[in-house]
Amino acid sequence: MSCFKGKYADELIANAAYIATPGKGILAADESTGTIGKRLASINVENVETNRRGLRELLFTAPGVLQYLSGVILFEETLYQKTAAGKPFVDVLKEGGVLPGIKVDKGTVELAGTNGETTTQGLDGLAQRCQQYYNAGARFAKWRAVLKIGPNEPSQLSINENANGLARYAIICQENGLVPIVEPEILVDGSHDIKKCADVTERVLAAVYKALNDHHVLLEGTLLKPNMVTPGSDSPKVAPEVIAEHTVRALQRTMPPAVPAVVFLSGGQSEEEATLNLNAMNKLKTKKPWTLSFSFGRALQQSTLKAWAGKDENIKKAQDALLTRCKANSEATLGTYQGGGALSEGAAESLHVKDYKY
Amino acid sequence: MSCYKGKYADELVANAAYIGTPGKGILAADESTGTIGKRLASINVENVETNRRALRELLFTTPGALQYLSGVIFFEETLYQKTAAGKPFVDVLKEGGVLPGIKVDKGTVELAGTNGETTTQGLDGLAQRCQQYYAAGARFAKWRAVLNIGPNEPSQLAINENANGLARYAIICQENGLVPIVEPEILVDGPHDINKCADVTERVLAAVYKALNDHHVLLEGTLLKPNMVTPGSDAPKVAPEVIAEYTVLALQRTMPAAVPAVVFLSGGQSEEEATLNLNAMNKLKTKKPWMLSFSFGRALQQSTLKSWAGKEDNIKKAQAVFLARCKANSEATLGTYQGGSALSEGASESLHVKDYKY
Repeated sequence: MSCFKGKYADELIANAAYIATPGKGILAADESTGTIGKRLASINVENVETNRRGLRELLFTAPGVLQYLSGVILFEETLYQKTAAGKPFVDVLKEGGVLPGIKVDKGTVELAGTNGETTTQGLDGLAQRCQQYYNAGARFAKWRAVLKIGPNEPSQLSINENANGLARYAIICQENGLVPIVEPEILVDGSHDIKKCADVTERVLAAVYKALNDHHVLLEGTLLKPNMVTPGSDSPKVAPEVIAEHTVRALQRTMPPAVPAVVFLSGGQSEEEATLNLNAMNKLKTKKPWTLSFSFGRALQQSTLKAWAGKDENIKKAQDALLTRCKANSEATLGTYQGGGALSEGAAESLHVKDYKY
Repeated sequence: MSCYKGKYADELVANAAYIGTPGKGILAADESTGTIGKRLASINVENVETNRRALRELLFTTPGALQYLSGVIFFEETLYQKTAAGKPFVDVLKEGGVLPGIKVDKGTVELAGTNGETTTQGLDGLAQRCQQYYAAGARFAKWRAVLNIGPNEPSQLAINENANGLARYAIICQENGLVPIVEPEILVDGPHDINKCADVTERVLAAVYKALNDHHVLLEGTLLKPNMVTPGSDAPKVAPEVIAEYTVLALQRTMPAAVPAVVFLSGGQSEEEATLNLNAMNKLKTKKPWMLSFSFGRALQQSTLKSWAGKEDNIKKAQAVFLARCKANSEATLGTYQGGSALSEGASESLHVKDYKY
């Protein structure tokens, strides 16, 4: 048997296609408790459950925002949280035409014998967890694999192990009704040029799609969340058009047309960079048999977080900042973003943190 | 380095794109001496050099035929042959806007430990041979790998070995200026249904594209020559629309958009079947970021051969038949074939020979 044809097949295809709707994208709000703690700390807010809840309520109830989103990725705690008035977040999203998603991996561990390379945990009991998440309203999932570029990296072991992990995760999700977002992030850290990033990205994506095929994953019911192809963080920057060309070519060379959409991660890019790069890709005249959209965390929330600063009186201002970024990225998926018009404080700020751990 | 960037890169990309020109396709006239002998025997013609030459001259000088062809695949002997008037065949083709191609494999040998599965020979000295062929005017090459469907077939060994052979052949061709046509033929023999053929085709194509990526092949400078996805020869037939749907789905799931064109083999299909199936694919409304065309041998020549019967008096009649098939397939690449209009004797005849060996 070549690929998954079980009871959820039609639903998976429909949901993946919905997430691929032009003009929409994903808000990655799935920061683990530890990671969201760092964000809150940066604005002097205590990392307690009510504050985590308060931040996410600010995001999900921002007026006018949900129309630009097809999905929101949640951390497990958030999946079961409610607004202050008592409405479950999943209901807020569903009423706004947004699919709830859930981060299901359990972080990375080091691979022995490598130079700090990692694989991702989370397969144990994954089927049962997916069923619970589906019952709670989730319709897609996310699993982040991490690779890096170095003199001897990524190693064949790292590529194989991470690709295999992504494939196992993906088929388990599909068996349990969740569209798997496949995320093989190649970190931007390093002094390499864009060609090196392109070579590595093509090699990694080829391995990922071979693994997905080996594991009988239904490609029409998946999404890819890759890095854009860019120079390393210690290398000179290039124009969005160059990033667009290298990125789309890497996808043309490795990603079968059956995949409905790509939802790029923003890595360490500033809000504005990420939007401009996505926009350039959608303006490119070349073969692109998949939607090119976003799944941004920092690149959607940075200005919002700063504007909020944990204070109730700032909520409206913060929500306006989020709306601005959502609208900008929506336009970027259509190639119509005009650029830079309403930059909030922090929108042009690089969000790169070396060896970033979620 | 991820893919070939050597001195022929631009030329390879341009030639591969040219072969994919809508309205054109490939005449596979590369039957080895032994195989063409069987064809000649079927019309009571002696298998000597002058007869082999005469048959090919009949085909290549058919008035009006070359406009429907972007390439012709030669056997080595034919690459160096001339018309009766002394004009080299490669010049006849070039003047007609047709790229000469060359079969470079040396047939199949059995894989020990399998149930009659094979791998393909021809890698030894291939670089030098490619250089000679390029100097003689060839601009693309062909290598046929063969797999079959059975209770335990194709085995992982057969898939891996044939995929690897195709990838080694492909990169050597590119290093020497020839666009490699990658042909992983899964024989139609057997009682299996179309779903089984689809599963196997997807598995094989996924392995082929992983191998091409591993070997740094420039996909934009290659072509694929696959089987269509059909029921086995001993199973009930299905409509062209069904074949079209399964075939295109298999390609969507495995073939990156960077590949410019697919030039289907006809296997044991009759001339009319092959044309109707290709036509149905080009009428299908779905994602098809590559040209879908033909590389037919028997399905272009069968009626022509019968009409000729080796007699000079029949040349004009035979050429008219050949022109009709070329035109029909040209229309099929555009999805405009009306069907059955110029059926000659033999056009509906199945060309299936069990365990066909070229």
